[in-house]
Amino acid sequence: MPEILSLNNVTFSYTPENQELRNAVENVSFAVQEGEWIAIVGHNGSGKSTIAKLMNGLLFPQQGDVRILREVLNEDNLWECRSQMGMVFQNPDNQFVGATVQDDVAFALENNGIPFEEMVKRVHAALEQVKMSNFVDHEPHHLSGGQKQRVAIAGALALKPKLLILDEATSMLDPQGRVEVLQTVQTLRAETGLTVLSITHDLEEAMLADRILFMNDGKKFAEGSPAEIFSLGDKLTELGLDLPFAMKLSKLLQKEGVPLMGQHMTEEELVNDLWTSNFNK
Amino acid sequence: MDIKLQQVSYAYSQGTPFEKRALFDVNFEIPSHTYQAIIGHTGSGKSTILQHFNALLKPTTGIVQLGDRTVEAGKKAKDLKAVRQRVGIVFQFPEHQLFEETVLKDIMFGPMNFGVSATEAEARARELVRLVGLPENVLEKSPFDLSGGQMRRVAIAGVLAMEPEVIVLDEPTAGLDPRGQKEIMEMFYTLHQERNLTTILVTHSMEDAARYADNLIIMHEGKNVLSGTPREIFKDIETLKQFRLEPPRIVRFQQKVEKMINTSLAKVCLTEEELAIEMARLLREERAES
Amino acid sequence: MMEKMIFGRFLPGDSPVHKLDPRSKLVFVFAFIIIVFLANNTITYAMLLAFTLFIVLVSRIRLYFLINGLKPVLFLMAFTFLLHIFMTKEGDLLFHWKFISIYEGGVRQGIYISTRFLVLVFMTSILTLTTSPISITDGIEVLLNPLKKIKVPVHELALMMSISLRFIPTLMDETDKIMKAQMARGSDLSSGPIKDRIKAVVPLLVPLFVSAFKRAEDLATAMEVRGYRGGEGRTRYRQLKWDMGDTFALALLAAMAVLLFFYRS
Repeated sequence: MPEILSLNNVTFSYTPENQELRNAVENVSFAVQEGEWIAIVGHNGSGKSTIAKLMNGLLFPQQGDVRILREVLNEDNLWECRSQMGMVFQNPDNQFVGATVQDDVAFALENNGIPFEEMVKRVHAALEQVKMSNFVDHEPHHLSGGQKQRVAIAGALALKPKLLILDEATSMLDPQGRVEVLQTVQTLRAETGLTVLSITHDLEEAMLADRILFMNDGKKFAEGSPAEIFSLGDKLTELGLDLPFAMKLSKLLQKEGVPLMGQHMTEEELVNDLWTSNFNK
Repeated sequence: MDIKLQQVSYAYSQGTPFEKRALFDVNFEIPSHTYQAIIGHTGSGKSTILQHFNALLKPTTGIVQLGDRTVEAGKKAKDLKAVRQRVGIVFQFPEHQLFEETVLKDIMFGPMNFGVSATEAEARARELVRLVGLPENVLEKSPFDLSGGQMRRVAIAGVLAMEPEVIVLDEPTAGLDPRGQKEIMEMFYTLHQERNLTTILVTHSMEDAARYADNLIIMHEGKNVLSGTPREIFKDIETLKQFRLEPPRIVRFQQKVEKMINTSLAKVCLTEEELAIEMARLLREERAES
Repeated sequence: MMEKMIFGRFLPGDSPVHKLDPRSKLVFVFAFIIIVFLANNTITYAMLLAFTLFIVLVSRIRLYFLINGLKPVLFLMAFTFLLHIFMTKEGDLLFHWKFISIYEGGVRQGIYISTRFLVLVFMTSILTLTTSPISITDGIEVLLNPLKKIKVPVHELALMMSISLRFIPTLMDETDKIMKAQMARGSDLSSGPIKDRIKAVVPLLVPLFVSAFKRAEDLATAMEVRGYRGGEGRTRYRQLKWDMGDTFALALLAAMAVLLFFYRS
């Protein structure tokens, strides 16, 4: 699997002259392979947003390097690298540039000098992918938060990026909007095998990923499959995150003396275990 | 103070071609000292309703009774300030209302508008800062130097400083991380009990509503369509679905389990803790029987 | 408050006027403003009025909206009308009472000037009512394109304008929210002495600026990440299409100008 992006021993501080303050990101390394969904989790202030800014060259590390398609990101290849990555931010309102849905989706295409006929095709294809085709002429203030985020995803997809980065893209949405966005990403993954990197503090969302990177105080605290990360148990809650529903419940059940076989990641696992351990006798 | 809405309707941009009705014939009563949750999906009219609770909006038709004050459609209402002091609203993203040079001054802004003396307001600010979980040294800092979560707490302290009897919360935890969300909700619950407040939580989080509220009011397309205790409401999942709402995950889980084991638990459980206890009890009873 | 304003709003529709290219509409309106000054007698003013009403008809905009749009300038119209009535001393004397005397010429001039106001306001209102602000921006950008040669940043100005337009509703909502939040904290914007009221604006303005800056920062980041680096090498998604209708509209106006020229005294 080819490597899409990697951070290699990256350290960054917003105040490099002040040694007393801790670095926002300290000695972080990880790689994203093609076709993967990787989630970066951590509470607010754990350094995960800084990582996002380092990945697209809004910030440059003081130590270490960021590589996009194995090339070190620098001032010279910045724009080329950015066109390989689509990014969706937290606030749906503050990233909507166009006057209407289709104008917004076309924005990155215009910037990259894509010819008109090609743009029209891509805009409509991208809106089709996020199921917003019926809203081409809508103005942003007539859309819900979830719809705006789907438009933002379409805007990123239109450029045919190698990687889609979601920087807390669901944290300002209502439950319905969150489901909309996550379903969109899941469908995209199933249909196109898109590589996704999501930055989030919602462990339910992180559970959808293939691999989780757990940040704390600017450092990589743990990295592994969702099962591996959630086996950290109470450590997660101590560091400000919430256990996924099934895990929390399974712990409480065991505490009350209900016999169960072990850890549970999903509701199904828990229900099945409840059945086999207690009723199926 | 009791709050009562009688046949309240509200239209934005009334009398223009852009008129938009947001509320239709809303009726309900919120007795003093209860914890109410108003639930509905986006666009159900819940944000419009909450602005009636301290007369920021006046109904287009109908009557809003706020304690001994009546706000009636078409009638001039004078001196709404007194009402506003008794009903504090924590708006969504309340940190957007901060403006003073220091946290202390910002918290004092509300009470001083209502004629509280500077010394008294300062005393309140010092007490509240600790209550909302901030160190006392933030008082002298600029609110704009704080983190998002801290700003949220300062803004909440600013509303609490008016010492309202009724506190209205509009999605108070939106955008916070899980720990922050839990801390804020627990803090409001403790306050509700300790200070004997009336609390109105406007939310789309079924989980929070189930955990904290005594009573739920369900809004749908500008009308109040359902009301009752969480247990009553969550018993009937089909009705909820009509209003595009899902019961909390724990309730759905309980139903799944009940279906599987073909037995019902003694009650509808509202929290994970409750379900664990009920589940354990059920198993003990089964074992005792066999 | 602001939500009740109608002047300058866009009403989507599919009339022939809605379908015109914004460039032709802009040129049309600017040319019309000049042509209006050709009229100088009853027949030419009547022609102007008829022409305007014809356009209103074609645009399928309810007269109600246009009359509403007239409200802000109504005072000015009335004032100039009266000024002409009392000041012009031409033609037959119609009415005399103490020092007030009204002449036939004055009434005529008053009506002329009011008609002029009316057609100008109607025409510009039709422009904004039938053209979305973003199309107007597009039209202006293309029409001003030649100015790029003398280093006028036409693209940047147009982008600024379109982003401002895009954020007007957002910022209006925001203002309303902050105002309500401060009112809930006992701030009073609508009563008390002027000095207090000015002071009461601070809690409104500071948060509004803070949030606007935050939005600007976010937006700049989003734009940069999406590859925006100025107008150079950019293609355009919004294409303007000039067709028969546009040529016809301008031809119609030219014919009108010729007629006015012919009939004016």
